[in-house]
Amino acid sequence: MTSLTTAPAETLIDSSTKFQPERQINQIFRWLTIALAVCVGLVLLWITYSLLLIALPAIRTFGLGFLTNSTWNPVEEIYGVFPQIYGTILSSFLALLFAVPLGVGVAVFLTENFLPPKILTPIAFIMELLAAIPSVVYGLWGIFVFLPAIRPILQGINRAFGWIPFFSTTPGGRHLFGASLVLAIMILPTIVAISRDTMSSLPPQLRQGSYGLGATRWETITRVLVPAGLSGIIGSVMLALGRALGETMALAMLVGNANNANISWFSPASTIASLIANQFGEASGLQKSSLFYGALILMVLTLLVNILAQMVVSRFQQVE
Amino acid sequence: MTSQSRLRRRTVLTTLAAFSMGLAVSCAPSSPDVATSPSTDAMSSPAGGGGGSATLSGAGASFPAPVYQRWFADYNKANPGVQISYQSVGSGAGVEQFQAGTVDFGATDAPLKAEDRAKFKAKYGAEPIQIPMTGGSVVFAYNLDGVKDLKLSREAYCGIAAGKITNWSDPAIAKANAGATIPDQPIEFVHRSDGSGTTYQFTSHLKAACPDWTAGANKSVQWPAGTGAKGNEGVTAQVQQTPGAIGYVEYSYAKENGLTMAAIENKSGKIVAPSPEGGAAAFEGETVPADLALEVPDSSNPNAYPISGLTWLLLYPEYKDTAKSAALKEVIDWSLTTGKATASELGYVPLEASLVTKVNAELDKVK
Repeated sequence: MTSLTTAPAETLIDSSTKFQPERQINQIFRWLTIALAVCVGLVLLWITYSLLLIALPAIRTFGLGFLTNSTWNPVEEIYGVFPQIYGTILSSFLALLFAVPLGVGVAVFLTENFLPPKILTPIAFIMELLAAIPSVVYGLWGIFVFLPAIRPILQGINRAFGWIPFFSTTPGGRHLFGASLVLAIMILPTIVAISRDTMSSLPPQLRQGSYGLGATRWETITRVLVPAGLSGIIGSVMLALGRALGETMALAMLVGNANNANISWFSPASTIASLIANQFGEASGLQKSSLFYGALILMVLTLLVNILAQMVVSRFQQVE
Repeated sequence: MTSQSRLRRRTVLTTLAAFSMGLAVSCAPSSPDVATSPSTDAMSSPAGGGGGSATLSGAGASFPAPVYQRWFADYNKANPGVQISYQSVGSGAGVEQFQAGTVDFGATDAPLKAEDRAKFKAKYGAEPIQIPMTGGSVVFAYNLDGVKDLKLSREAYCGIAAGKITNWSDPAIAKANAGATIPDQPIEFVHRSDGSGTTYQFTSHLKAACPDWTAGANKSVQWPAGTGAKGNEGVTAQVQQTPGAIGYVEYSYAKENGLTMAAIENKSGKIVAPSPEGGAAAFEGETVPADLALEVPDSSNPNAYPISGLTWLLLYPEYKDTAKSAALKEVIDWSLTTGKATASELGYVPLEASLVTKVNAELDKVK
């Protein structure tokens, strides 16, 4: 009780004497954060270096021909990842083709006052929950539920539009198209969450001004709000693309793991990540080295996508 | 004032410390009886089971993993002093860890290659010891409406795997299945996408039996046709969901999951359904090489189910801890004799007596 009355005086003295140490703490904290930041960079360099080290025999043997060779033959030790690069890019592209319009649409829906927040909040929450589902669960769901369910539809498309090269093969149990659809669902929450944040943080004056000039809601959304939030939307798409490129488990389970680059979306394919996941366990020697080379290529691919994203985003920010 | 508050803080701390120590002390008395019971067990076990006390760790092939885990658990029940852990990380990783010396034993579905042996000899100064433990068969599981006992001639299954026969109505299939109505449906061939001993056995057989098989034999090959699925479970799932699909899985797995399996034509032209007896017949009367790497890719025994192979444990010629080597020998001997019934129950092919004698002679080399 007695100490209570004297407390303020005590803190006053304390803070004045602590002034010097606190400055030191600031300095220490500053250096600590710098050290941590450098550590993150070092880890990245370390990973790249070790990938490179193990991949070296394959790089020496196959050179850049590795990128264009379609053989993956562990018996004769000839390796190339052209079908996998093709599968990785095409599956990500198809996933974006479905996820972007859907994701941006949902983001607009959630930020416009079409429905009372009481209904919108749970919907937004469910969208975010989609991101919490582990990819192996998506894979299992794809195998047991989704792919069998869409099979008759795809067979119908194949019968009706088989003359289009993309739909030219009869869809079997596993194919690139089905895997891409599941991938689209997986990357949807990324697009929705970031686009929604961008849209809801737009200044309200934009909307009011647009309505004030007599624009309809449709015009406001398509001509004012979406263009204004474009940098955020593109950022979300690029993040989603990054996830799609590297997605491993679900694709390894759904894509069919066939070593061919077929023009038809309905044929089984293979991606870099699925190849690594499938073959790593029993690989040794040049095969293992080639898998690491593939990993390196995937890393470069993702890096390129990120650089591209940065460029596009900064371009649009300048426009604003 | 400050010193007073500091003092108070200290008392709080000491009380906390005393309290937690008290907790620790109060917990202590109960622990001895818990701790002593296993040690008394371990002391009494040598008299009962004959095994000493050792902790062994092994890693390798996934194909025999179910039977290994069962054997090791059963053995541990009879001899609680011996604890064996087995990681089914795949044959390749098993051999690698064995070479690196990070495990007490390795396991592989393909016998050690000459280069692996040379590498081992250079590092350890002696030949590695390779012990066949059990065998298994690879079967065709299929999904065809209304067809219960599909028979596949050599021509038929070679053609399916090579992607040359693409429809179930093919005459090569119809010929062996006179009387059965086989639907006019495209064939979807499902193979393993991961490297696997099952694939090694399967492709070894195709290489020996099919004149037009060009992809060779390995744990993973460049497949001329079909789609790939990961693991026995992946192939099974895909076969079960796709009408018209056929894939190869390990017999023990197919048996446990009640899959429909095809009977196939062996070298003598007889159509044989998969069974442990058929698998065992494949090794009958074959001469066993000195390193026990017996491989029969296409048995000429008329009763043999032809796609059958053995799986091996890899042991070091010398162990620093003699308790370990003694326990290991004991476990292997137990598995090959008492454990035989477990193996056939799980769908594995138990080793025949003459091979077990050779195994025992080889085991004697382990120090």
